[in-house]
Amino acid sequence: MSKPHYTIAVSGLNNIDSPGPGMPVIRALKEAESFTTRIIGLSYDSFEPGLYMNEWVDYTYQLPFPSAGQEILMNRLRQIQNIEKIDVLIPNFDAELFSFIRLSNRLDKELGIKTILPEEQAFEERHKANLSAWGQKHNIQVPPGTMIHSIYEIPAVAAQYGYPLVIKGKYYEAGIAYSYDQAVNWFHKISAKWGLPIILQKFVTGTEVNITALGDGNGQMIGAVPMRKQVITDKGKAWAGVTLEDEKMMDFARHLFKETRWKGPCELEMIRTKEGALYLIELNPRFPAWVYLAVGSGQNHPEALVNMAMGNTVKPMDTYDIGKMFIRYSWDMIVNMKDFEQISVHGEAGKNKKEN
Amino acid sequence: MKIRNNIALSDSGFIFDPSTGDSFSLNPIGLEILRMLKSGKDKSFILTYMVDTYQTDMETAEKDYDDFMGMLTQFHLLQEK
Amino acid sequence: MATQRLQYERPLIQRVNTGILNKFGTRTEYAPFTHIDGVSVKSLISEFGSPLFVLSEKNIREKYQEANRAFKTRYPKVQFAWSYKTNYINAVCNIFHQEGSWAEVVSGFEYQKALKNGVPGNKIIFNGPDKTDEEITLAIQNKSPLHIDHLDELYRVTEIATELNIRPEVAIRVNMDTGIYPMWDRFGFNYENGQAWDAINKIILSDKLELTGLHCHIGTFMLSPSAYAVAASKMSDLAIGVLQKHNIKIKYIDMGGGFASRNTLKGAYLQGVDTSPSFDQFAEAICTAILNAGFHKDDLPLLILETGRALVDEAGYLLGSVISNKRLSDGRRATIMDFGVNVLFTAFWYDHKITPAQEFSHYTEDTVMYGPLCMNIDVVRETCTLPPLKKGDHVVVHTVGAYNMTQWMQFISLRPPVILIDRNGKPQIIRKRETIQSIEMEEILPAQLKDFKL
Repeated sequence: MSKPHYTIAVSGLNNIDSPGPGMPVIRALKEAESFTTRIIGLSYDSFEPGLYMNEWVDYTYQLPFPSAGQEILMNRLRQIQNIEKIDVLIPNFDAELFSFIRLSNRLDKELGIKTILPEEQAFEERHKANLSAWGQKHNIQVPPGTMIHSIYEIPAVAAQYGYPLVIKGKYYEAGIAYSYDQAVNWFHKISAKWGLPIILQKFVTGTEVNITALGDGNGQMIGAVPMRKQVITDKGKAWAGVTLEDEKMMDFARHLFKETRWKGPCELEMIRTKEGALYLIELNPRFPAWVYLAVGSGQNHPEALVNMAMGNTVKPMDTYDIGKMFIRYSWDMIVNMKDFEQISVHGEAGKNKKEN
Repeated sequence: MKIRNNIALSDSGFIFDPSTGDSFSLNPIGLEILRMLKSGKDKSFILTYMVDTYQTDMETAEKDYDDFMGMLTQFHLLQEK
Repeated sequence: MATQRLQYERPLIQRVNTGILNKFGTRTEYAPFTHIDGVSVKSLISEFGSPLFVLSEKNIREKYQEANRAFKTRYPKVQFAWSYKTNYINAVCNIFHQEGSWAEVVSGFEYQKALKNGVPGNKIIFNGPDKTDEEITLAIQNKSPLHIDHLDELYRVTEIATELNIRPEVAIRVNMDTGIYPMWDRFGFNYENGQAWDAINKIILSDKLELTGLHCHIGTFMLSPSAYAVAASKMSDLAIGVLQKHNIKIKYIDMGGGFASRNTLKGAYLQGVDTSPSFDQFAEAICTAILNAGFHKDDLPLLILETGRALVDEAGYLLGSVISNKRLSDGRRATIMDFGVNVLFTAFWYDHKITPAQEFSHYTEDTVMYGPLCMNIDVVRETCTLPPLKKGDHVVVHTVGAYNMTQWMQFISLRPPVILIDRNGKPQIIRKRETIQSIEMEEILPAQLKDFKL
């Protein structure tokens, strides 16, 4: 029997030193065993490397920035869908996820484009600022945290958690304070950049471990591969990592999917303490850039996601190769000015344009 | 005023400045003016052409031309005198 | 004969990737907006001048009905009260009154307006921290629900009621922690520290006032329905506590206003249109919290809502014209409009959506948009992507129906007229363009200053 052929749109083609997950996802899809693909890249910037990687991306269209609004995004996708027949869309940029979650029903009904994304409520609840409440609700161990709006709230929280204390911004940046004065300093530094509230979190020390996983939205974990970063770049991104054998981490992940009925891909960032306790410190609602390690160790999560989206039966994957490593490298492509001009002026480019 | 010789002009309105590595994008009227400048046409020729070809008056055309030249100067695309 | 000349457009050049000049960047964001309820912007400006505020009666009524439906399908007893400070042009107030809204006022001036519009005294809710003795007296005589803000007011209302020998119906305003910031604890009595209970006990024990309601207003431009759920459940707890402790049934819970409109706050990454919660989401949060609080089904209090902004913002448009184009010293484009922050006060906190009112090609340019005032603060948009506008071109500023026609300033120039497009698509003037007489009417020039020689 011949394999089905799907047209799949993927964003996050920024395969730079702090890479987006787009290219690894595309690589996984190209290696899928259950289908063949035409890959449509979705880009925001003429400098995204994926735009020029024609052996992986068949054709790319530029999208308006998420800040332009959902109606404009919808119009652009309608325009693209008039040319391509996209079956599944996999968004990989943090900033665009909210818009795609909001539009997912309309994409399916009006354009016939399928997505596998978390529910809006789940997406909102796992935000950094709400993580503590979210953990309590679902009985998931997260470091205790409290949102504050003024330095006058620090002493009471510090009395509860003790020093050192982690001081986090709403979106980014964190510091560790060993005294009240340091806490005040961090408060001002981070709030000046990211605004209020500030999150005070109990300091949990240990080894950072991560899981890339996929949930079916009904409490079932479709796949999960745990990994520890072996070397990181100066931006804290993984440079090399290795798959782990850790039943406790897998149980943690299974419990999370069962409790939250998380739908779609995610990355769980966790701390394992000296005593072996696991704390979830962040849940990223998309594939991580290292998702190809899962493929390399036997679980093709992007392929499973596409099959879920297409309504095919997807069996949970419960084995993977332990001790598989990834080592990331960079590569300088040579690009002609003509190709840069093509995407900059026409908003679409690629070697494999669809002829109607 | 002349546009620098090494500036590459493409039909799509994309221009590349090889001496700075900057690239720019133009609308069709901007491209037309740049082409005329490149072929050595002077201000009064270009303005007359604009008024003959487009629904505009001399005053508007001149104001916009001067503004456009200001941008070309700012982007260092004109020949030094 | 000369051949037909082509459409002109200003020549543009832009650095690639500083604002991509291709048609897929921001093109449709600023698609021309040429008609309001079927009436062309061009004809409105030629008939009534520029700048010009335009309100859509159709939109106001639709929004009201949408909000009303959202709450009434979830809760049996709902009453809206039109927040006068949001827009107190009489025509606007009366649309809401025709739809069934009471009035919600925060000053003697607004109170008078509501009375003159014909709102019965017992349907004018009197809020705010500043009520004079005369105003309190009038409100008591008219049986208007008085919402008490602080202890000094509580004592004064008690004294005046005693003198008048009337037992007025009052509510207290309660502030509380709903998990949002800033917490509006400057108004009313605090829930968490017991001030609210203290005020309730004082009212009930003195027996000079009848405690009929509880009022709160947790903030403004609220994007989080869950904060209203917290507030509604705290308000319900208080009401049930009053019943248990004093055997007094609270007749109404007034949840105030504060629902966000579809504007985009400065600094927000996503468009307000995409992120503002719907009336259904607010209604679900509030109604569920009250229904689950534990009231006996016959004792459910009336739910009052003082929503202003979310009901009227989208109905309002400001039409204006380009005075001039400029190039700033750093090469940025600047566009000077004939309206500024004097009439568009909300430009201080929103990035208002601004669209051209005529067709253009897909080429756009980033521009700073300035008002006409000879004041550096007069900035309508710090940056805005628009087609190459020329002198005299018209633009439409969207979602300006709330707080502009009350907070506008008569500063440097006179305020523009306000037009209402009625349900038949007919434009009607509801506030005339100000004249020099409207301003000088209140001035008195002393005799010794009448003459001078230059």
